[in-house]
Amino acid sequence: MAGIVGYGAHVPRYRIKVEEIAKVWDEDAKSIKNGLNITEKSVPSHDEDAATIATEAGRRAVHHAGIDPKEIGAIYVGSESHPYAVKPTATVVSQAIGAGNNLTAADLEFACKAGTAGLQMLMGMTDSGMIKYGMSIGSDTSQGRPGDALEYTASAGGAAFIVGKEKKEVIAEILATASYTSDTPDFWRREGAMYPSHGGRFTGEPAYFKHIISATKLLFEKTGLKPEDFAFAVFHQPNGKFPLVVSKKLGFAEHQVQDGLLTPKIGNTYSGASMLGLAAVLDKAKPGDKILVTSFGSGAGSDSFAIEAKEPIIEKRERLAKVEDIINKNKIYVDYSVYLKNRNSIVKN
Amino acid sequence: MERASASLWRRINERYNLVGNKCENCGRIYFPKRIVCRQCGRKTKMTETKLSGNGKVYAVTKIRVPAQAFKDSAPYTVAVVELEEGPRVEGHVVDAGNGEVKIGTKVHSVFRKMHADGEEGLIYYHFKFEPV
Amino acid sequence: MRDVAVIGAGLTRFGERWEHGLRELIAEAGMQAIMDANIESKDIQIVYGSTMASGRFVGQEHLAALLADQMGFKNVPAVRVENACASGGSAVRQGYIAVASGMYDIAVIGGVEKMTDVTTAEATTALGGAGDQEWELAQGITFPGLYALIANRHMHEYKTTEEQMASVAVKNHRNAIKNKYAQFHKEITIDEVLKSKIVSDPLKVLDCSPISDGAAVIVLAPLESAKKYNDTPIKIAASAQASDTLALADRDSLTELKATRLAGRDAYAKARLKPTDINVAEVHDCFTIAEILAMEDLDFYGKGKAAKAIEDGETEINGKISINTSGGLKGCGHPVGATGVKQIAEIVTQLRGEAGERQVAGAEVGLTHNVGGSGATAVVHILNRVN
Repeated sequence: MAGIVGYGAHVPRYRIKVEEIAKVWDEDAKSIKNGLNITEKSVPSHDEDAATIATEAGRRAVHHAGIDPKEIGAIYVGSESHPYAVKPTATVVSQAIGAGNNLTAADLEFACKAGTAGLQMLMGMTDSGMIKYGMSIGSDTSQGRPGDALEYTASAGGAAFIVGKEKKEVIAEILATASYTSDTPDFWRREGAMYPSHGGRFTGEPAYFKHIISATKLLFEKTGLKPEDFAFAVFHQPNGKFPLVVSKKLGFAEHQVQDGLLTPKIGNTYSGASMLGLAAVLDKAKPGDKILVTSFGSGAGSDSFAIEAKEPIIEKRERLAKVEDIINKNKIYVDYSVYLKNRNSIVKN
Repeated sequence: MERASASLWRRINERYNLVGNKCENCGRIYFPKRIVCRQCGRKTKMTETKLSGNGKVYAVTKIRVPAQAFKDSAPYTVAVVELEEGPRVEGHVVDAGNGEVKIGTKVHSVFRKMHADGEEGLIYYHFKFEPV
Repeated sequence: MRDVAVIGAGLTRFGERWEHGLRELIAEAGMQAIMDANIESKDIQIVYGSTMASGRFVGQEHLAALLADQMGFKNVPAVRVENACASGGSAVRQGYIAVASGMYDIAVIGGVEKMTDVTTAEATTALGGAGDQEWELAQGITFPGLYALIANRHMHEYKTTEEQMASVAVKNHRNAIKNKYAQFHKEITIDEVLKSKIVSDPLKVLDCSPISDGAAVIVLAPLESAKKYNDTPIKIAASAQASDTLALADRDSLTELKATRLAGRDAYAKARLKPTDINVAEVHDCFTIAEILAMEDLDFYGKGKAAKAIEDGETEINGKISINTSGGLKGCGHPVGATGVKQIAEIVTQLRGEAGERQVAGAEVGLTHNVGGSGATAVVHILNRVN
């Protein structure tokens, strides 16, 4: 049965605090921090984009899995900030992780859930024997319009997962997956537009909450599992509040959610968000621990997974670069002007 | 610096993955790759070898007056890095924060954007170095 | 092989020559050179033209024919020599070989660069082509960047100081004041150098040679017939050249330009002279650190000893050895393709005893040293007065 054989994460070192952004727009930092449950967010360096972040995460995943990257048969990169409109990020990543040429690759886009959609594709491909290993990455350098509420959260980061099915290699088996999808216009970015637009409060109930709850309940029905069966629960985290609210509605306790909730410290990494959350709980999971992951992508859809940690997770942990370390080590704080420069948002012409 | 796609493409393995080569006749490792070994001449016997990207700074400077294609990224730190396998390579050193990059600073390679040909041209990716 | 002499030299004023293009510059220097050599245009048998990057600076390739034509030498064979910043010195060497071999009797070497028609960033990019395009320039590693790496390493290995480097610029500016062809006629202080804008640390603007327009032309003839044209022909006692890796990182040492070392030693051997026999030298000070390297690699000083000697004034005009009496690249200016030719012209002026205020007393033997890139090419000539 398909499972995760290795994973890796990457979050840029730069950070900007909520206070620094609030100062520019003369807003009350304290109420924003409380309202969104966020203290700071990651900022990409001027030379980082979805491809470089995906590559760093992908390289760490290969190292963690301990496999020959040439055995990877499929690479999917999910992002809503692919550097090119036409020319895949996935080919850059496959070359840069040394995956060779005998593979299929494609870029995926489904707002914040393209990476989990890639995982589902790989489950089918490995279970069917079509490929030995596949890699799915969620990676973004997301854009928030200056002055918009999204500016406090839109950040950068990514995680890569390698899927395989050899029992001795699988660190976490994917027990089941279920999705819920509908045409819900809560958030979008038109071709060529620099910043996304959103429907304000419409992004909440009919979008985020409805889809996550529906997909998760579908998964419960399919597997017979209940919230208390899970050691960890990870939800898409556009801010630090929504995942806490949705988990409560679904019947999870806060301690199940806490380890996979990274947004308060790094912001919303979009396609990276639920996958980084999963990586963070895998860093801690013991064999036998069950993990619930439900992603959400605007537009809209949710993919829910039931995952169980297996024995090899212990010995492979030696080769692991832990999410917590990646996030906390060597942070570099920037002010708003440097942030704008890093984002290439200063008009020079 | 609008260049033909091919000039980017043919160096991808070297620029993305620090793939150099080794002369099996004398054992010397080269980066970038060479066809002819500087020691062995006609006795050259090259095989490809991937370098670890680990090394230390041998010489360093921060460039403040950039070349045309790098106007948007100045200032930037560049160094001659001595790799653990032997060869010295030139490259950017990024994300040093407030830490000083100096001779002896330990670095490892990362994957970054080098520059882009304007708004519509190709994006060039390249290894760079980051302090360990 | 027969002995070769310089029978004429001509220069333009170096600097920002807004009103003059490439062709006016070369014509101005060419005319001066043939007047100085006391020859007619029809006497010229071959022209070697040197520019580093005329294609990049003014969009003009096929330079040698243009130069020959604009200097008024009709239908002579004309060849461009390009060796980055050592283009001039390399062209002189080609002329020397042509005359020494007996194939030609009168050769003209014309070096020119018109650099101010482009922006600083474009000029920086063009000059960056002197390094390794794929592994240096493609990473935005500029020419000052390469010498800054050398300086960083030299400071580390030999405790060379920024003040010592600055003293090179101060000396060369002081010399330039006495040279009417020089770009700068302004004394500068150590403090001004140290406080000038950083280009690529530790190198500041005043550690760098400027962007310049200018041309230099010399005329070569067999020594045996040189007296026919000129009362004081200057003999080329040695011409030597060496190369090294284009990329700085590929060198065994960053603090020694091996090409300089090898060309220098070859030149001393050919001229049967020692470094201590040299009275006056024009060395390649594209950056202040480069003059320090040159003084060491040409065996005037031991490794790590030159910086202090320069700071102590040993290389001032009429010091222990007079270095860059013209002002060097730093004070006189550095129109790249002209520089190596201008160095010969300055030494000729010195050995003839015509250098006026900057004359080195009793100068008998002079040396020129022209470097390409960060040291991938070095050309050394030794000249002496024929008594």
